Amino acid sequence: MSTEAFVPLSELRRRAADSGGTAGQRRYWKSLDELANSPGFTEFLHREFPHNASEWQDPAGRRDFMRLMGASVALAGLTACTRQPEEKIVPYVKSPEAMVPGRALYFATAVSDHGYAKGVLVESHEGRPTKIEGNPEHPSSLGKSDLHTQAEILGLYDPDRSQALKQRGEIRPWGAFLSAMRTAMEAQKAIGGEGFRILTGTVTSPTLIAQIEELLAGLPKAKWYGWEPTGRDNVRAGAKLAFGQAAEPVYALQDADVIVALDADFLATGPASVRLLNEFSRRRKVEAGPLNRLYVVESFPTATGSVAEHRRAVKPSEVEAVARAIAAGLGLATTAASGPHAKWVAALVADLQAHAGRSLVIAGDHQPAAVHALAHAINEKLGNVAKTVRYVPAATSAQVHEGTAALAELSAELEAGKVDVLVVVGSNPVYTAPAELEFPRRILKAFTLVHAGLHEDETGELASWHVPLAHELESWSDLRSEDGTVSIVQPLIAPLYSAAHSAHDVLGAFSTHQDHKAYDRVREYWRDRLGPDFEKAWRKAVHDGVIAGQAPAPLSLTVQAGDWMQATAKPVSGLEVAFRPDPTVDDGRFANNGWLQELPKPMTKVTWENVVHLSPKTAEAMGLHPGKQTARGLEADVVEVILGGKAVRGPAWIVPGHADDTVTLTLGYGRTRAGRVGDGIGYDAYTLRTSAGMSSAPGVAVRKTGQSVLVAGTQDHWTIEAHVEAGNRHLVRAFTADEYAKDPGAVQKLGHEPAASMTMFPPHKYEGHAWGMTIDLTSCVGCNACVVACQAENNIPVVGKEQVAFGREMQWLRVDRYYEGAVDDPGYHHQPVPCMHCENAPCEQVCPVAATVHSDEGLNDMVYNRCVGTRYCSNNCPYKVRRFNFYLYQDWETPSLKLMRNPDVSIRSRGVMEKCTYCVQRINKVRIDARNDGRDIRDGEIQTACQQACPAEAIAFGDVNDPKSKVSQLKATQRNYGILTDLNTRPRTTYLAEIRNPNPALKSGGRSDSSHG
Amino acid sequence: MASTPHLDPASAPIIAPGHTFSSVTDKIASIVLARRTPLHWFLGFTIAFSVAQLVLLTIVRLLFWGIGSWGVTVPIGWGFDIINFVWWIGIGHAGTLISAILLLLKQEWRTSINRFAEAMTLFAVVCAAQYPLFHTGRPWIAAYWLLPYPNTMGLWPNFRSPLIWDVFAVTTYASVSAVFWYVGLIPDFATLRDRAKNKLMAMVYGIGSMGWRGSARHWHNYESAYLLLAGLATPLVVSVHTVVSFDFAVGVLPGWHATIFPPYFVAGAIYAGFAMVLTLAIPLRAWYGLKDFITDRHLDNMAKVMLATGLIVAYGYAMEAFFAWYSASSWEIFMIRNRMFGPYGHMYWALILCNVVAPNTLWVPRLRHSHAWLFFISLVVSVGMWLERYVIIVTSLHRDFLPSSWGMYQGTVWDWSFFIGTIGLFVTLLYLFVRFLPAISMFEMKTILPGARVEEHHS
Repeated sequence: MSTEAFVPLSELRRRAADSGGTAGQRRYWKSLDELANSPGFTEFLHREFPHNASEWQDPAGRRDFMRLMGASVALAGLTACTRQPEEKIVPYVKSPEAMVPGRALYFATAVSDHGYAKGVLVESHEGRPTKIEGNPEHPSSLGKSDLHTQAEILGLYDPDRSQALKQRGEIRPWGAFLSAMRTAMEAQKAIGGEGFRILTGTVTSPTLIAQIEELLAGLPKAKWYGWEPTGRDNVRAGAKLAFGQAAEPVYALQDADVIVALDADFLATGPASVRLLNEFSRRRKVEAGPLNRLYVVESFPTATGSVAEHRRAVKPSEVEAVARAIAAGLGLATTAASGPHAKWVAALVADLQAHAGRSLVIAGDHQPAAVHALAHAINEKLGNVAKTVRYVPAATSAQVHEGTAALAELSAELEAGKVDVLVVVGSNPVYTAPAELEFPRRILKAFTLVHAGLHEDETGELASWHVPLAHELESWSDLRSEDGTVSIVQPLIAPLYSAAHSAHDVLGAFSTHQDHKAYDRVREYWRDRLGPDFEKAWRKAVHDGVIAGQAPAPLSLTVQAGDWMQATAKPVSGLEVAFRPDPTVDDGRFANNGWLQELPKPMTKVTWENVVHLSPKTAEAMGLHPGKQTARGLEADVVEVILGGKAVRGPAWIVPGHADDTVTLTLGYGRTRAGRVGDGIGYDAYTLRTSAGMSSAPGVAVRKTGQSVLVAGTQDHWTIEAHVEAGNRHLVRAFTADEYAKDPGAVQKLGHEPAASMTMFPPHKYEGHAWGMTIDLTSCVGCNACVVACQAENNIPVVGKEQVAFGREMQWLRVDRYYEGAVDDPGYHHQPVPCMHCENAPCEQVCPVAATVHSDEGLNDMVYNRCVGTRYCSNNCPYKVRRFNFYLYQDWETPSLKLMRNPDVSIRSRGVMEKCTYCVQRINKVRIDARNDGRDIRDGEIQTACQQACPAEAIAFGDVNDPKSKVSQLKATQRNYGILTDLNTRPRTTYLAEIRNPNPALKSGGRSDSSHG
Repeated sequence: MASTPHLDPASAPIIAPGHTFSSVTDKIASIVLARRTPLHWFLGFTIAFSVAQLVLLTIVRLLFWGIGSWGVTVPIGWGFDIINFVWWIGIGHAGTLISAILLLLKQEWRTSINRFAEAMTLFAVVCAAQYPLFHTGRPWIAAYWLLPYPNTMGLWPNFRSPLIWDVFAVTTYASVSAVFWYVGLIPDFATLRDRAKNKLMAMVYGIGSMGWRGSARHWHNYESAYLLLAGLATPLVVSVHTVVSFDFAVGVLPGWHATIFPPYFVAGAIYAGFAMVLTLAIPLRAWYGLKDFITDRHLDNMAKVMLATGLIVAYGYAMEAFFAWYSASSWEIFMIRNRMFGPYGHMYWALILCNVVAPNTLWVPRLRHSHAWLFFISLVVSVGMWLERYVIIVTSLHRDFLPSSWGMYQGTVWDWSFFIGTIGLFVTLLYLFVRFLPAISMFEMKTILPGARVEEHHS
C-alpha cells in the first residue's frame, strides 16, 4: 500500500477532527459520534468494496480503520445514559481479519518515561485500549513493565485531560492556531528566529528531533531547550566529563556479580529500570546459580537500597566522598578522605577487585556529573566496560540545550524580553523550574507563549495558546529507549478529544508544512532508513514494536582525566535537604493519576501526599514522634522545612534507615493545575529547589509547628510492636546464602502445619487443574508494578485519601513492608500479599449466603451478585486480603473511565466484598483457547496480571496438580513456605524464602539476625 | 398475715399485704384505663420518640450512601453494629428467663415482673434486629437472601455459617417471645375489655382478648398452653446467645475462637438482662406507685441473680486470660496482652471495673437494699456489658494475624446516632407499653394473693 492509497482515511480523520471547529467545547463523545456519522466516514463504512481494498492486506492500515470504527461504535453507546441515541449500527461488511468481538487484540507500541521508550503491548477491546503490558520483543521491557507504564492507561482516559485548544482561555479552532503561528513565524523568519525558542522535555523521537532540527535549520538564531526536572541530563553530562562526549551508559546486570549503587535507585526508577530489574533478579534465582551482591550508598531508602546486601545510609553530600574513596581504593588518582565508612569501603573495594570484569558501579541519575565520571572511571579500571556496561550515543539531539544552566539561560532571555515565541511542548516549567528562575513571572514576558500538554497545567494556564496534546496511545510517533532501540509509536485509538494534536502537529505548525500529519512525518523519516523494501520493513517495525537493526553500535570510549578527579566540593556540616522524585507521582507528571496517588509509596506506605522524611535519630533530636495510628489515619507532626528564606510545610515522617541530618523532600505535589485528583495535595518541594541544589542542598532548617495532621498510610506506622510480632510470626523468612546452604530445611522448620485431616469438612477434590502461585521474596524489590497492574486489570476503584486513612483502600494486592534489626540501619523486607486461595478457606465457611465459594480448580471465588455484605469473610480472613465497597467507590458516571475498564471483569457496586481472583478471567480465556484448539492448557500460558507485570519475575503461577509445572517445581523447593499455616488454612499462594548473599567480610546491617522473619 | 413492715427484704412478701383481687385489678388497670394521660408520660414519651428519630435518620443516610458513614473498615469489619446487636439481644434474655425458666421453677415472685420483662425482651429484639439487617452493605437483599426459600436457581444459604444459625435463632426467639407475651396478655385483655370506658377501647381490647370469657375450660387450656410455651421458650434462653456467641467462636480469630464463649455469653446476657430489668423496675414502681407489687424482695432477688451471673461472667474473663496463657499459643497470648495493654487497654479495664468490681458491692446487704445504689449498679453493668462486646469485637479484630494489616477503630457520629436512636426506640416502645397495656400481669398477681391460697384449701 502506498502513502497515497492511505490518504482517504487519514484525510477523513483530519476532516473529522477539523469539522469540530470549536469542538473542544463539546463532550468528546459527541465529537466522535459526529466522526462516525460524518458523510465521508459513513460512506466509507458502507462501501461494499472499498477502493482501497489493499488496506485489508496491510496490518497497520487495517488496525487504523478498526480503531476508528471500534472507538466510534463503542463511544456511540455512551449516549445511552442521557437520551435515546440515534444509533447507526454499522456491520462489518467484511469481517476484519483477527477481529472477534469479545476477544482482545494486542498492538505493539511504546510509551515514554522521561522521553525514553518503554516497549509495550496494548490490549485493545473493540478499539478501546484497556491494559498496557510490556513488549517481550522490546529489549528495554522484555515483556515486563513498571508502575508508571501500568498506570498510563488511566492517563489516557483521565477525564481532566485538556480537551480544547485555547487562546487566552477562549476556545479556538485548530485552524486559528495554525494561522496565528504562520503569522508569528513570518516575523521570526525575517530575523532568523532570534526570538523563537522551543522548550521540550527529553526528546528521543528521531522523527521529532529531525523535525525540530529542520525547523531550527531555517531559523539559525532560534534555540531549543530541553528541561526535565528529574531527567538524565546529569548522566549525559557525566559522560561528557569523563569521555569528552555525550553518551549513555547501558548496563548489563546479568553478568555482574557485585553491583555498587551510588545513590542510584536503578531497580525502580529511570527508563532502564524494568530491564535492569529483570536482569538483576535473574541473578537472584537461588536454584539457578550463584547470587549477585548489591552494595548501596544512599540517603533515602529506596526499593534498590531495600534489597541490598549491604546498605550504607549517608548524607547526600557524602555520596561523592564514598565514590572517591572507592575510586581511590582501586588505585585511581583521586582525593579520598577516610571517613566513617573506611572499613566498609575497603571490604567493598576488595569485593569489586575480586570480581573485576564481573562487577559494576552505577551512579544515580541525579548525582552530579563528577560522580558519574567517577563511576565510569571505576568501571573502566575494573575492566567492566563492554562486559557489564557499554556506552551508546545519547538518544537526544546534539542541538538541544539541556540542564539547569540552559534553563537559566532561557530564564534570562525571557527576563530580558528577548523571547517573542516560546513553544513549550510536554513540559511544565512554571511548576518544575528551579525556584530562583522565577518562571511563573518571567514566562509571561514571552510575547507569545504556546503550550502543548496533556493537561492545561500551571504553564498552560499562563500560555497565550494552549494546545491539548494527544496521548501517546492516540498518535503516531517514534521513540528511542535508553539502550538505543527505536520503536514506532502507533495509535490505539483516535484522540478522545478532537482538539488534541501530537507534538509533531504542534511543532509542525511552525514549519512550512503545517498540514503534514504525524503518521506521514514518521513514515517519511523512516522511508530511507528501513532498507530497500520500506513497506515490508515498516509493517514489521509497527507490528514488532521495535525497529530491527536500529540499535546503535556501542561506542568505544576511554576516560580522560580532568578536574573532576579531584574533589572540589567541601564537606557539608549540618542538616541537608535532598530532593527526590516521588516514587509514585514522579516529578508531578502523574499527579492526576488516581491509581498512582493511591498507590502506597514503597518504603513509607503513605498515599495521596508527600511527607517530610527524616531519620529516627534526627527526628528524635528535633523532638518529633512517629506518627500515631488512629482510626482516622496516622497522626503526624507538621514541620516547616526552611531553605533560602522559603518554607514548605508537611507531616514529619520517620523513615528507619534514612541518613541522619538529612531531610528528604519528594517532588510532584502541591500542584495547582494538575486536575481534580492532583490539585492541592502535599507540599510543593520545587519552591525550595534551586539550580544550586537540584538534588540536595545544605543550610536547611526544620521547625516544629506544633500542629499535627492526618496522613493516609496503608500500613501501620513504624511501631516496635508490629515489627516484633511480624518477626515472631515468621511471615518473612530470610536467610543468608550460607545459612540456607548449610540447612535448607530451616525455612520450613519455622512454620507448623497441622495434619490435612484436621478439619470437619470433607476435602476438596481437584481432578483437573488446581491453580497455585508462588512469590519469590528473594527477587521482589517492592516496586509496586504488580499492584498497579492488578488495579488496571481488575477495574479496581480509587477511594481517595480519607477512605485510605480509614483503612478502606481497595487494592487487591498489597506489598507489605517489614523492617528488621536496628532502627537506624534496618533490614527491609517486601512481601506481596494477594488472596491465598486457601484450601480450607475461613472466609468460605462463614459467608451466610455462599457468596464466596471454592471452585473445582481450587480458586476461592467471589460471587459479587450474591454478596449481601456482612463482612464476616473479611473478619475471618487471617490474611486480610478482602476489600469491601463501603461506599459506591466505582465511578459509574464518567464516560471516559467507562471506556477504560476491562470488559472481562465485573464492576463491583456498593456493599459488595471483593478480592484477588487469581485473574480468573485470564484463566478462562486460556481455557477457552485451549479447548478450541483441542489441547491442554500449557504451563505458563496463563499469566496473572501481577505476574505479567513483575519485572523481577518473582511471581509464578500455574497448575499445582501438574508436577512438571514451574509453580509445582518451585513449591517443591525447600524455600517454599506458606504463612499462617498453623491455622490449617492451607494457602495456595506460598512464598519462597528471601536469600541474601552478604559479604562475609562485613557484618550486614539489619540482617545480622536473619532467622527473624 | 404479718402486717408489720419487713426489715429484711429477702424475707419480705412478694406482694404487699392488704391487697384483694379487686384492688390488684383496680391498681394495675387504672394505669391503662385512666382518661388523662399523666404529663410526665407525655414529656418522657416526647423525648424518647424524638431520640428514636435518629434511627430513621441513620437508616435513610445508610440506604442512600452506604455503610461507609460508619466506623467499620478493614480489618475491623464489625463495630457498633454487632456490638449493639449482641448487647440488645443479651438484654432481652432476662425477660425470657423470668417468664419461662422461673415459671417452670415455680418462682412465684416472678409474676409481678414477668410482663414488663417480656415486653423488654421483645423491644430489645426489635432494636437488636435493626443491626444485622442494616449493617450489611445491601440490606434490601440481605433481608431475604439469608432465609432458605426455594428459588429457581437452587440457591440456598450456607448452612455452615454461624450467621445463618443466627438468623434462625433470632427469628425463633423473636416469634416465640412475641407469642408467649401475647398469650400471657389474653386474660388481662379481657379484663381491660370488660372495664373499658368507651366502645373503641372495648373493641380493641376485645379483639386482643380473642373471646376470652374466663370459663374453667378456658383456664384449663390456657394453663397448659402457657406451660408448653414456657417449655418451648426455655431452651431459647440458652440457645440464642449460644448461637450469637458462635458468630465469634467459629471464627479463626484469636479472642473469638474460644470454646468458653457459649456459657460465658449466656451468663453475660442474663446478667445484662437483669441489670436492664432493674433499670426499668426501679423508676417504674416509683412513678406508678407499684411498690406494693414490685416489692423490695423482688429487687433483692434480682440483685442476687445479677450478682451470681456477674460472678460467672467474671469467671469467664479470668478463664479467657488463663487459657490464653495455658494454651501457649502465641496468637492467644498476644491477643490477651493487646487486649489488656494495647491501644484499647482502657476499654478492657473499664469493663473489668463495670462488670467485675462494681457488682461485687452487692454482697453488702446495705448497698443491695439501697435502691439508688442498685439502680446505679444496674446502669454500670449495662455499660460494662456494652464494653465487653466492644472489647471482644474490636480488640480481636484490630490486631490479628498480619501486623501489616493492623488498624484502629472508632465509632463515627452515625454509629452513635444509630445506637442512641435504638435506645430512644426502646424507651418509646416501653412508654407505649406502659400506657396501653398492663405492665404487671393482673391475673397472675391474683394467684399469689393470700386469698387465692385460702380458696384452694377450701376446695
